[in-house]
Amino acid sequence: MLPTESKKALSFKRCIEDGDLVIVYERHDVMKPVRVSKDGVLQNRFGVYKHSDWIGKPLGTKVFSNKGKFVYLLAPTPELWTLVLSHRTQILYIADISFVVMYLELVPGCVVLESGTGSGSLSTSLARAVAPTGHVYSFDFHEQRADSAREDFEKTGISSLVTVEVRDIQGEGFPEKLSGLADAVFLDLPQPWLAVPSAAKMLKQDGVVCSFSPCIEQVQRTCEVLRSEFIEIRTFEVLLRTYEVKEVKVDDGQRQDEDIGDVRPCKRKHRSNEDNTVSHDNSSVAPAATTSVVMARPCSEARGHTGYLTFARLQCLS
Amino acid sequence: MELNKDQEGMSSENNKPQDPNPRFAWEGCSVLLDVNDGDRLVFARLSGGAILKIGNKNYSLKPLIGAPFGSLFQVESGEEGSFLSRVLPVKQENNSNNITEDSRDNRELVDNNEAQNLTGEEIEAMRREGAKGYEIIEALIANSKTFDKKFQLSQEKYKLKKQKKYAPKLLLRRPFARSICEAYFKKYPARIGFIRVDALSLLLTMANVTAYSDVLVVDMVGGLITGAVAERLGGTGYVCNTYKGNSPYPVEMVRMFNFSDKVIERIVQSSINELSSTKTASSEQNNQQEGVCKAEIDINAMQEPSTCDMVVEETPVKAEAIVEDIVVPESKIIKAPKAGAKASKEAIEMWQENGFSSLIMAAQDQDPWSLAKDVLPLLSYSAPFAIYHQYLQPLATCMHNLQQGKMAINLQITEPWLREYQVLPSRSHPHMQMSPFGGYVLSGIRISTT
Repeated sequence: MLPTESKKALSFKRCIEDGDLVIVYERHDVMKPVRVSKDGVLQNRFGVYKHSDWIGKPLGTKVFSNKGKFVYLLAPTPELWTLVLSHRTQILYIADISFVVMYLELVPGCVVLESGTGSGSLSTSLARAVAPTGHVYSFDFHEQRADSAREDFEKTGISSLVTVEVRDIQGEGFPEKLSGLADAVFLDLPQPWLAVPSAAKMLKQDGVVCSFSPCIEQVQRTCEVLRSEFIEIRTFEVLLRTYEVKEVKVDDGQRQDEDIGDVRPCKRKHRSNEDNTVSHDNSSVAPAATTSVVMARPCSEARGHTGYLTFARLQCLS
Repeated sequence: MELNKDQEGMSSENNKPQDPNPRFAWEGCSVLLDVNDGDRLVFARLSGGAILKIGNKNYSLKPLIGAPFGSLFQVESGEEGSFLSRVLPVKQENNSNNITEDSRDNRELVDNNEAQNLTGEEIEAMRREGAKGYEIIEALIANSKTFDKKFQLSQEKYKLKKQKKYAPKLLLRRPFARSICEAYFKKYPARIGFIRVDALSLLLTMANVTAYSDVLVVDMVGGLITGAVAERLGGTGYVCNTYKGNSPYPVEMVRMFNFSDKVIERIVQSSINELSSTKTASSEQNNQQEGVCKAEIDINAMQEPSTCDMVVEETPVKAEAIVEDIVVPESKIIKAPKAGAKASKEAIEMWQENGFSSLIMAAQDQDPWSLAKDVLPLLSYSAPFAIYHQYLQPLATCMHNLQQGKMAINLQITEPWLREYQVLPSRSHPHMQMSPFGGYVLSGIRISTT
């Protein structure tokens, strides 16, 4: 998924090969990761797709099922991966992920520590930011979860950038060997304040820590502990509002005999029941002129809260 | 070049070679100076002669050279006048400052300007005698008739206010895309098209910016996008700034990022025409409009700024800032290397062959669709893109047209929302002020139309 050397640059390799991981895109909310194998088949409600038909095609193209229905094959990105990965835990979503990466000031070559690993949604984006020479050390106290995450990173081809270890960070802190090496530390723990002293130890001077907590009480306690060694303590909440876009036909209320030629192409595009209504209402005279207007409005459902993001910078003491 | 020599000198001493993350300020580097915990943000280039004005006094920035990023400085006065001096904060023991129940309130406070016994002249005299900032503050408290009557929280507020005035603090920061964006958003939001930091972070994420990628950008926001992308590329891949017409859009903000030459080399420009011209007839392209748009663009595309006018960019945050804002650049100016060379023929051919790996557009006051329809075909299939605009309607139209033309999938318009919180024992709440608007982002994935 992430290029670790120039030969694997994203724009160089665009044809699907045996063994590739692709995202099968049915709809914006129906996607699936698939490993291409020359004998493999994909089956969905639209029929059967043979992988052998896919090999050699560029990514981003349509492929057809035996019933003539199509899906798109896409190159995996951390964003698509976040949408398709199996949720072993509550995961971080794009708004929080983007903000965290930006605020931790991650650039290629950085070393970043993370706990817990969870489903590995954030880890993938952290790896993208520090590639090709940096590294993500991710810790989770849940052995099976750590194993699954490791398998996932193997699958997405980023295992050279992410090391997953089983460790209870709240109880034991981060391992001593990483002391003073981290450019940034990310905490997503039920009691993050317990891990703050260890995070401070791991960080280089001026390094940034971030703690993600859903509850304000957790933030409160974390901030109290942060104050002894950190400065620039700031807490944010970041959310996304998505918009739906629609082409709506508007009756401008005027009877236009001359302009009808101009209007017709628009009407043809979306000939629907509205058209009938129009002609019905104006049955005796020329039809009312309608124009299409593209309109946007916020989607009716949205996430109202994910968590608070608290950032702080290790004080420079020497 | 002097800068490189310095940079190498520093890196051999303190950082590993080509450290993407230098941790010490060197002579000639661009820095962000944070006065009084974010009250005022100033960008400056460190040179022996650079000066920062705080209050009514000028301070040389020389003591900052060689200091680690994150160092704290305070003003001190000595025999040779006032100067900046580094302070090492004492590690505070965690005094879990529980709010003691306090029955005092502001019922006895009367605003008649008679609360302070100390006069301006007396304070000035103390300063001349070399009194430290905290000594002045103590004297002010001792001479305040009302301080003892104040509620505990307002006592703290009073102390903080006096500290800002009589003992200003200065924090040395390394500029990153984050701080540059935040500083511009506060002071000159129009110059960066009102891109708030969370919107910028979304653009970088949605365009999958990572090492070794070839990112096409349309940056009409002064170089903020170009710089932020280059920061994530770390001297690999390319960020290619494309434009309509003949003049590339200025990217002067790139100079604030402290990029090494290795990173600067990866920032190039090429016109839409050049990038699409030799493409074969099979590719979907659209050049007819070029002539029509040129006149308009020429007006918008400013002259490449002369190299000395951007040495200092400063950003006071509060209108009533106690501190005056001017950094006087002195004679010795060290120039940062210049970004935005013309893309090489080989690079252009490579992009024509393979396509760009992603696109970010931030074209202020332009119709996103009329640009997108020319620029999107330059991407590889399956390449993600993110288009920023401060107005919703043109993005909605753009999204609709992309949908109708089946040029892209996974299309979505999002608007980020960001709220900051005050977190204090028993006093946590959202900030009273927030930015209501940080822009809209249209994102999607380019697909093959066949």
